[in-house]
Amino acid sequence: MSDLIRVPILQIEQFLVASIQVPLHDSSAVQFRDDLLTEIHRTRARGLILDMTAMDVVDSFLGKLIGDVAEMAGLMGATVVITGLQPAVAITLVELGLSLEGVVTALNLEKGMAYLRRRLAQEEAGYE
Amino acid sequence: MNERRIPIRSDLDIVNARVGARDLAKALGFGIIDQARVATAISELARNIVLYAGSGEVLLRRVHDGRRVGVEAICVDQGPGIPNIELAMQNGYSTSNGLGMGLPGTKRLMDEFEIESAPGQGTRVTIRKWLR
Repeated sequence: MSDLIRVPILQIEQFLVASIQVPLHDSSAVQFRDDLLTEIHRTRARGLILDMTAMDVVDSFLGKLIGDVAEMAGLMGATVVITGLQPAVAITLVELGLSLEGVVTALNLEKGMAYLRRRLAQEEAGYE
Repeated sequence: MNERRIPIRSDLDIVNARVGARDLAKALGFGIIDQARVATAISELARNIVLYAGSGEVLLRRVHDGRRVGVEAICVDQGPGIPNIELAMQNGYSTSNGLGMGLPGTKRLMDEFEIESAPGQGTRVTIRKWLR
């Protein structure tokens, strides 16, 4: 489709950061998932932050896709942290029946980065 | 603007319906959490239209029952219809490889939920949320 929205994916240290700023229709969301996994592979990122601060509605399609990204990135060796979920989004996701169990979340981008750095340090200490 | 008809033909229209629903809920004075509930519910129903029927429409409007003001969405398609509504309303049941939470989840998000459907007759879902 020609009107796909592409979400920018930035690299900071060994991590990727993507912030969804506009409503994504389903095919853009699927493209976003594929872009994220491709970038994790290309950059060998150890972690990914998905910042949802600007999202005021997350339906079951996008919610499932986010859970899938976390699982798929995990298979590739990258940890995913969801940051900035608005209260209304957290409430509607749980009411819908999608509690995203097993997905790491953090209050904001800063805390998400701190989590990834800590986790990476632990992993590297463990490998020695 | 108290009534709006949104044709649903593709996933782009799902976003239109969602944004339209949220705007109407906001204009009627719903708080931010109910705005999200209404927008999410309409997103689920509009996606069902695209997924199962290919096309249809969502009618969004302000309703009044004498005491309260509310938002109503009527989501209609001429698709294959639902052979077993009871089954379709169960959590986790899906014929499209989905999560099976669209219909039961939508019902939980709204105050009122009515569904009419039969094989070959299409599907009509009416949902309402009242302002408290």
